[in-house]
Amino acid sequence: MVKTLSRSQNPREWLAFVLVWGAAAVVTATFCWLLGDILWHGLSRLSWTFLTAPPESAGRRGGIGPILVSTFLILGVCLAVSLPIGVGTAVLLAEFTLDQGLFGRMTRRSLDVLAGVPSIVFGLFGNAFFCKTLGLGFSILSGGLTLACMVLPILIRSTEEGFRAVPASYRLSAAALGLSRTTTLLHLLLPAAVPGLIVGLVLGVGRAIAETAALIFTSGYVDRMPESLLDSGRALSIHIFDLSMNVSGGDANAYGSALVLVVLLLLINGTASWLATVGLHRKIVTV
Amino acid sequence: MTPIEPIAERRPQHLPNDEPACCKPHPFVDVDRLSLHYGEKSAFQDVTLSISKGRITALVGPSGCGKTSFLTCLNRLTDLIPACLVSGRITIDTLDVLAPQTDVIRLRRRIGMIFQKPNPFPLSIRRNLEFPLREHGLRDRTQLSTAIETALRDVGLWDEVKDRLDSPALALSGGQQQRLCIARALALSPEMLLMDEPCSALDPISSGIVEDLIVRLRGRYTILIVTHNLAQARRIANDAALFWVHNGAGRLIEAGPAKQIFEDPRDPLTAAYVSGMRG
Ligand SMILES: Nc1ncnc2c1ncn2[C@@H]1O[C@H](COP(=O)(O)OP(=O)(O)O)[C@@H](O)[C@H]1O
Ligand SMILES: [Mg+2]
Repeated sequence: MVKTLSRSQNPREWLAFVLVWGAAAVVTATFCWLLGDILWHGLSRLSWTFLTAPPESAGRRGGIGPILVSTFLILGVCLAVSLPIGVGTAVLLAEFTLDQGLFGRMTRRSLDVLAGVPSIVFGLFGNAFFCKTLGLGFSILSGGLTLACMVLPILIRSTEEGFRAVPASYRLSAAALGLSRTTTLLHLLLPAAVPGLIVGLVLGVGRAIAETAALIFTSGYVDRMPESLLDSGRALSIHIFDLSMNVSGGDANAYGSALVLVVLLLLINGTASWLATVGLHRKIVTV
Repeated sequence: MTPIEPIAERRPQHLPNDEPACCKPHPFVDVDRLSLHYGEKSAFQDVTLSISKGRITALVGPSGCGKTSFLTCLNRLTDLIPACLVSGRITIDTLDVLAPQTDVIRLRRRIGMIFQKPNPFPLSIRRNLEFPLREHGLRDRTQLSTAIETALRDVGLWDEVKDRLDSPALALSGGQQQRLCIARALALSPEMLLMDEPCSALDPISSGIVEDLIVRLRGRYTILIVTHNLAQARRIANDAALFWVHNGAGRLIEAGPAKQIFEDPRDPLTAAYVSGMRG
């Protein structure tokens, strides 16, 4: 296919060919360059000490131990809150509201608007509501809850799509066998909706783990090891931002941290797709 | 919920012979002036029909005359469609089907349904049968495997799948999937089977196998089958009913013994339809 298209053929087709492949090449090249740059500068920093040691001299030296812990705690709070609410809302939207009903339409519209709101706005909201109104202060809890608000729209909508993608025949045949709605939901619809849920999770977690703006005002800057969820904790992305913008001589460690972040993201993506294939296959064969 | 006794114990000692005249008509389902609307649109109107116990009743008629909709009234699958309105009366045995207090779960356990497109769950063959059984209260492992084997033998699938019960049901051929769906319905020991064009999505050989199976089920179950295949209806049905679209809504044109409907129809529309001139 690629070889048969040459200049001698229809010039418009040739132009389209060049544009399409050119665009793909630019995207891929940018990604490779970015990754290469981070690898080049960051790889030398990477070591077990770097991953576990506390930062010294505002992060110029030392490692990112407490920062990794804070990041995972924030992410944990975010998931613990957003997963149940997200799946619950998706079930409600997909299975228990009319497609054209007012409630469903309004909820979906609101979610779509929320999904497009810039993260800094979520940061300000989280600061006003979680930190001040609820009195949680600058804390991992505030940060996690704010992230939860931010990823919920994506999570709900893609899980809902997962439920909608389940063929109607499952529901009909389950009902015809006298299975209750709850059983149908738990044993047939939920497993079938898992791919949608996983897509939502990857998108949501990816957004959450790389988030800076929403966390600056909520979980804060403190780079000590957090002792509880009510302590302030510095997330990885904020650490990178701080090192490269505010700390002279922090570039090397910034690259190291960025590399860790990228590897984490790739790991999350890989695990999710592995879970989706292996987990689903097991579900189909044995459960 | 009471555990399900294996089908074998409920089977009559003497299976009726396979002649279409299998048993004396004895009403099992009584449908009285039944109408169904999807929102503003009427699917069928004013259907009054009696269905006899243990016999095969064929529902024939052109597409869109409300045959599928009629079937879904009998097991109240219509409850799943939000804008669907059913009026009239259906009595099965002594049960008032449309009464709000009727336990639909029990009703649907008594009345199995087979769909046009085979629709096994994306589970293993075993789980497809085990899952509904468990849901209806059968937990004992040996009882479960007996019930599964009996159901699979009933549909002639046992020898084909006994070595791969744990492989995905969706890997079976279309005909095997349809027989698995029939087995899944039979495993719950229903009294009646609703079959919506069960052979029309299958190749001719599978279709023949499923048709033979339906004939073998005669007598044990009251069967109401929708079919587009008039030759098939002639071969298997004891009774027949013809639906037709009239002024935008389905109507029952004529019902009676299959022999009479196919050989000596009273209504000119029926005569035209069964002779292949219309429909
Ligand atoms: N879920 C539904 N919502 C709205 N209209 C429907 C629905 N199902 C069927 N209909 C309409 O009801 C009429 C009867 O359909 P159906 O019962 O499927 O007929 P048949 O099975 O005889 O082909 C058709 O006009 C069809 O368009
Ligand atoms: Mg139909």
